[in-house]
Amino acid sequence: MVKFTINGKAHSFDGDLAMPLLWYLRDELAMTGTKYGCGMALCGACTVHLDGQSVRSCVTPVSAADGKKITTIEGVDAERIGRAVQAAWRKLQVVQCGYCQSGQIMTATALLAANKNPSDADIDAAMSGNICRCATYVRIRAAIHEAARSLA
Amino acid sequence: MDIANRSGSSPSTEAEIINVSRRHFIQGVGGLALGLYLGPVLAAAAKHGAASFEPNAFVRIAPDGTVTVIAKHVEVGQGTYTGLATLVAEELDADWSRVRVEGAPADASRYKNLFYGAQVTGGSTAMANSFEQMRKAGATARAMLVSAAARQWKVSPDSLTVSNGVVHHAASGRQAGFGQLAAAAARLPVPSEVKLKDPKDFILIGKLNVPRKDSTDKTDGRALFTQDVKLPGMLVAIVAHPPRFGATVKSVDASKAQEIPGVVAVVPYAGTAHTFGGVAVLAKNTWVAKKGRDALDVQWDDSQSFKLGSDEILAQYRQMASRPGQVARQAGDVDAAFAKPARLIEADYAFPYLAHAAMEPMNCLVRLEDGRCEIWNGEQAQTIDQFALAKQLGLAPEKISITQLYAGGSFGRRASTFSDYLSEAVAVAQAAAKQGVNAPIKLVWTREEDTRGGYYRPLFFHRARLSLDPAGKLVGWHQHLVGQSILTGTPLEQFGVKDGIDSVSVEGAGEPYDIPNRRIELSTPLASGVPVLWFRSVGHTHTAFATETLIDEAAVAAGKDPVEFRRPLLAKHPRHWGVLQLAAEKAGWGTKLAPGAAGERRGRGIAVHESFNSYVAQVAEVTVKPDGSFKVDRVVCAVDCGLAINPDVIKAQMEGGIGFGLAAALHGAITLKDGVVEQSNFHDYQVLRINEMPAVEVHIVPSAEKPTGVGEPGVPPIAPAVANAVFAATGHRIRTLPFGEQLKS
Ligand code: FES
Ligand code: FES
Repeated sequence: MVKFTINGKAHSFDGDLAMPLLWYLRDELAMTGTKYGCGMALCGACTVHLDGQSVRSCVTPVSAADGKKITTIEGVDAERIGRAVQAAWRKLQVVQCGYCQSGQIMTATALLAANKNPSDADIDAAMSGNICRCATYVRIRAAIHEAARSLA
Repeated sequence: MDIANRSGSSPSTEAEIINVSRRHFIQGVGGLALGLYLGPVLAAAAKHGAASFEPNAFVRIAPDGTVTVIAKHVEVGQGTYTGLATLVAEELDADWSRVRVEGAPADASRYKNLFYGAQVTGGSTAMANSFEQMRKAGATARAMLVSAAARQWKVSPDSLTVSNGVVHHAASGRQAGFGQLAAAAARLPVPSEVKLKDPKDFILIGKLNVPRKDSTDKTDGRALFTQDVKLPGMLVAIVAHPPRFGATVKSVDASKAQEIPGVVAVVPYAGTAHTFGGVAVLAKNTWVAKKGRDALDVQWDDSQSFKLGSDEILAQYRQMASRPGQVARQAGDVDAAFAKPARLIEADYAFPYLAHAAMEPMNCLVRLEDGRCEIWNGEQAQTIDQFALAKQLGLAPEKISITQLYAGGSFGRRASTFSDYLSEAVAVAQAAAKQGVNAPIKLVWTREEDTRGGYYRPLFFHRARLSLDPAGKLVGWHQHLVGQSILTGTPLEQFGVKDGIDSVSVEGAGEPYDIPNRRIELSTPLASGVPVLWFRSVGHTHTAFATETLIDEAAVAAGKDPVEFRRPLLAKHPRHWGVLQLAAEKAGWGTKLAPGAAGERRGRGIAVHESFNSYVAQVAEVTVKPDGSFKVDRVVCAVDCGLAINPDVIKAQMEGGIGFGLAAALHGAITLKDGVVEQSNFHDYQVLRINEMPAVEVHIVPSAEKPTGVGEPGVPPIAPAVANAVFAATGHRIRTLPFGEQLKS
């Protein structure tokens, strides 16, 4: 049995603890904002926060979340940085198909929590694990700068 | 009306099914936790109040004033929901913030693409084919709302104005919102003629402040994709595919899989000439199903499978190129032009298979019940799929319903000529039913099945030679293309294949340059075991590369600037020349590039190409490092797509098209060895990442011409522009894609 919070709500689970958090969120809790893209920590579509750190939920077993705080795209707006990132994404019209964008927003939020004013190089380094096949990268960069400005 | 009673051919006007964000689900069912189950939600959502006003198949206005636009084209990221809604809202004078969009059900009688006569999203035609249709839909609704107000207020319709979803009578100061007028308007006759706005009066079309309709739901995780939909009792199917195309299941030992708690059934299923057969493991949870699949021990029958490798295929194509092909286009006397060339350029080009690799791997939800087949999917080709699945199931096409969802990218993959992954989902459901498992089934390919699943951009080989006269004039162009046909043998063959020549194999080759002697030849290998399909910009993905790098070579051979060299060759093509000039000017063509760091070489390259009736030119700037690695620093893009409906979406499509084209240019390659695809996931099938994305600047040519597409046309010029820039920097010509490590050797 493991216990954790998801977006501030307490949960416990005593099923298959080797199950990746991704499938627990999606299939057991129907929290489908977190996406499957590769299953191998290659694309970032499944990014969530574990105690504020970005993790790839497709390779993070449920057991690794024991006692931790999980934040997903559905709860990222509870905090100021997450809200600012989402607002910047909307202002700059970042999304295309949208499938990668939950993961992009989660990674960008963690980046801004660690680095208030990232350079383009910082952004490229932090975001290069998140694939966008629609290549919305120009706007992702701009939106992160925009969010940083709005938080300053 | 419940969705269960819908039929494709005689749909109720109340039966539009919401596409599909969880917010609407939650509204529809009064807050059912997270909108987990779709079934009851759809039933609830389908009950639009009787007071809703639906003047036609594309607009519905609710008593609360919400305007719903029903989109006949799928939103795969290209912005079509926003574009279609803009056209309706413009003529309706709606309040943009009160406009929402639903995906249309499968019903070609109402929702066909007017260019194709079938319900299809493709060929970058959504705006072009809908431009008048959607505006008329909006104008019709507006006229009826105005009539309703005029009757109520006993004034002349001419004395009324409409803005932001409100009808005004200036003289009396009376006004009413669309919602208040909806019920009365619904009782009026639908006018047969409506007047459309003069473009100078547009307030949404062509404006920058018209945000996408899918932006909010796609930034808070609510947007629903096929991957996200769950029906009561639904099982997820994770499948084992054979390692080679054309192999079948010989035997399967499922004992280990069946021991895994949660595995509901193991279902071998047959394929067809065009779809995989394999073994599916069914479970409620995707993870369990995948564990079950991984525990299968399947023996494959390889007696009929395809066993060649890419190297052998390419070697065959080379041989074919040295024998005469079919003449696709010819002008002048090509043999004479090459009899004594003052300068001769000869070049061979090789292009690999490419996988679309949309972020959402292929998937499809199917429910077979009571002689009907219900599909939930984000897809581009409803009519083709209805017919294919109907045939497979022995049902009438109208018994196949398709609920349109968002697609997490597609790039052509979800316009499957043989309905491959949908057909596979149905085959799994049929086989499961035979085992007594009668549940809705969602087929989910993992990234590995998606990468290895075929339906690739075909591998192509081109052999080209160019002849210049002593004055440096390009007088001969001879290009021989070899590659599989996308259309031959498909239900669409009649539309694109003539006398054995598939138009999409040669589209764009050598175009549009005015060269007196030209021959474009095509050799089409007979059926190969590797399934092929359109891929964002289709034939232009390779023809633009060969054409635009060849022109660059010719300019260099003639000692001319590549832009100036093109000028006389484009004399009859002002729109090509227009974007070429604009891109060149904005990029500072002809000025000196700022030098790189010590040891770095920098270069600029240009390319122009028309596809899908839109014209795009791009200038790329590259920096090549001493070790041969290089970076595309900046791209300046000019686009002429006729009247710009949504300039920001056009920009976004150019940015995305450049990134997509760059992925193919730099890394993209599916290779086969002994018939087995060597790639499996993003580590070995690399796509573009943010650190490789150049700065992009987009300029739109102001135009009053009919609007044309933007989903695909941004792709073709980037690879040749970069190759030409690399040549400018290094003197090295790249003729084999992807670039990979070629500059390092
Ligand atoms: S799905 Fe987890 S990184 Fe791709
Ligand atoms: S928006 Fe489509 S993959 Fe990023």
